[in-house]
Amino acid sequence: MFESKEKLTKSKILEALENQDVSIYFDDPLDSDMVLNMGPQHPATHGVLRLLIRLDGETIIGTVPDVGYLHRGYEKLAENMTYHEFIPHTDRLDYLSPLANNVAYCLAVEKLAGIEAPRRAQFIRVIASEMARIMSHLVAIGSTAMDVGALTVLLWAFREREKLQDIQDIFTGVRFTTSYARIGGLAQDMPEEAINMLKDFIDQFPEKLGEIEKLLLKNRIFIQRSEGIGVISKETAIAMGITGPNLRASGVAHDLRRDEPYLVYNELDFDIPTYEDGDALARFYVRIDEMKESVKIIRQAIEKLPSGPINAANPKRVIPSKERIYSKMEELIHDFMLINFGISPPVGEVYHAVENSKGELGFYISSMGQGSPWRLKIHSPSFINIQALPILLKGHLVSDVVAIIGSIDPVMGEADK
Amino acid sequence: MQNIKELLVNKLKENFKTDIESVTEFQGTLTVLINKSRLIDVCQFLRNDTDLHFDMCKDVVGVDYYRPEFRYEVVYNLYSLKNNFRFLLKIKLAEEDMHVPTVVNIWPGANWPEREVYDFFGIIFDGHPDLRRIYMPEEFEYYPLRKEFPLMGIPGSLELPRK
Repeated sequence: MFESKEKLTKSKILEALENQDVSIYFDDPLDSDMVLNMGPQHPATHGVLRLLIRLDGETIIGTVPDVGYLHRGYEKLAENMTYHEFIPHTDRLDYLSPLANNVAYCLAVEKLAGIEAPRRAQFIRVIASEMARIMSHLVAIGSTAMDVGALTVLLWAFREREKLQDIQDIFTGVRFTTSYARIGGLAQDMPEEAINMLKDFIDQFPEKLGEIEKLLLKNRIFIQRSEGIGVISKETAIAMGITGPNLRASGVAHDLRRDEPYLVYNELDFDIPTYEDGDALARFYVRIDEMKESVKIIRQAIEKLPSGPINAANPKRVIPSKERIYSKMEELIHDFMLINFGISPPVGEVYHAVENSKGELGFYISSMGQGSPWRLKIHSPSFINIQALPILLKGHLVSDVVAIIGSIDPVMGEADK
Repeated sequence: MQNIKELLVNKLKENFKTDIESVTEFQGTLTVLINKSRLIDVCQFLRNDTDLHFDMCKDVVGVDYYRPEFRYEVVYNLYSLKNNFRFLLKIKLAEEDMHVPTVVNIWPGANWPEREVYDFFGIIFDGHPDLRRIYMPEEFEYYPLRKEFPLMGIPGSLELPRK
């Protein structure tokens, strides 16, 4: 259908130079402003984010963010694989909280296919999502503090994150790319050992978090570098579509866990921390408070954790357990059909979003009744949050760039898909 | 929740009558298909109506259905913070006329999502302030999420070092 071209198009600037085209605009090197290229390999951009910043002296007068350096074409890949096969790819979206991404994707597919996971699975999914939130916020806080010069916080935050990763290792089998949730349930049950470890963790975590807080909140350098920096007003934040902690730091109490309840969040008691200032410090406070709320949620979920099956009884849609596949004919047939042809949800389109650590992570799935999605669109919060960077950066000094990027906490795996 | 849904559908039908082509609900997701020519009017109405007040455009999604008539669809994911209500607003697009008016003037947050749809499907948003490719390189000539684009890519479409 397409012919491969012999000669590729030249860049516009090169072409203009060759044609001696004077209409194209170049920077005058003797002008008072300059363009600074930051990234994509800059350590403080939290991945491969590239910013083109126009500076007047040290003041930023304009920014053009450039994303796409980590683009892997997941939406195209998803159209060419079954619904189950896509689960490992969701790990690699927001790679700081893979557990929550798995849950988000499976919830979207379950909504499409009309499956409901059993209650035990739903509680474990809540625990997993909140663990992921703590893990992600710890990195956000640690790396922001490191960017503004407080290295200790990073080490202390990663020490706590390490404990959570050990727990994750027990119940998922891996430390990083978990692929834990399955359509209609979970890959495996959460063992008693993991629950006990988690209980120990949430007993000691608030105290450790207090230590981290103490390191920063009475630290004059940290406060001065984040207070009043990167302010975004309530109205602008809503208009730009920002979600998650960044929106709540601007005074909008919008949290999908309460506004569009999914899983068993409406049975659990938790607050939604909001701050009015909308600056980098407020975003930091929101993350600290959210971790405390997550501890509350995990504690309640462990208390209420019911016993029972972890996979829905829907043999045409949910992959059966390995023991049954190897011993029962019926399950073997279902397994063969599910692996080779996929679940075939009804024709239609759904959108399901969850409140992830970065904001609203949603999946729009359009199904034609086949084993693979006709169109799968990932609504990633980091992508939308980065969009607001030019507004946040305008008028600040070049040294504030790292503090502001750190405070909106983008993850490029998710923004670039 | 239920009454907001009824209110929305009634208000839309009252104000735009035949331009509302269909209202469907599937697994709890409400989808409203409207006539493309009235897109801006409908969006402005949804944004400015005091009862509905859809103040967030969370996403713009392009879909290629690969069918003879009205091959493409553009889906707007609208959210009202006041009512905590979400629905999908859709328009159909023929292959011969790939132009859609931009909603950036109504919801500034639709800027990058519209660029993404342009990048992947080649749908042109008229009046968009900065319609450039966002993920793919600027020299790239194809639209990768169209169904005819092969999964393995097109040899020679990206410049590689010469032998």
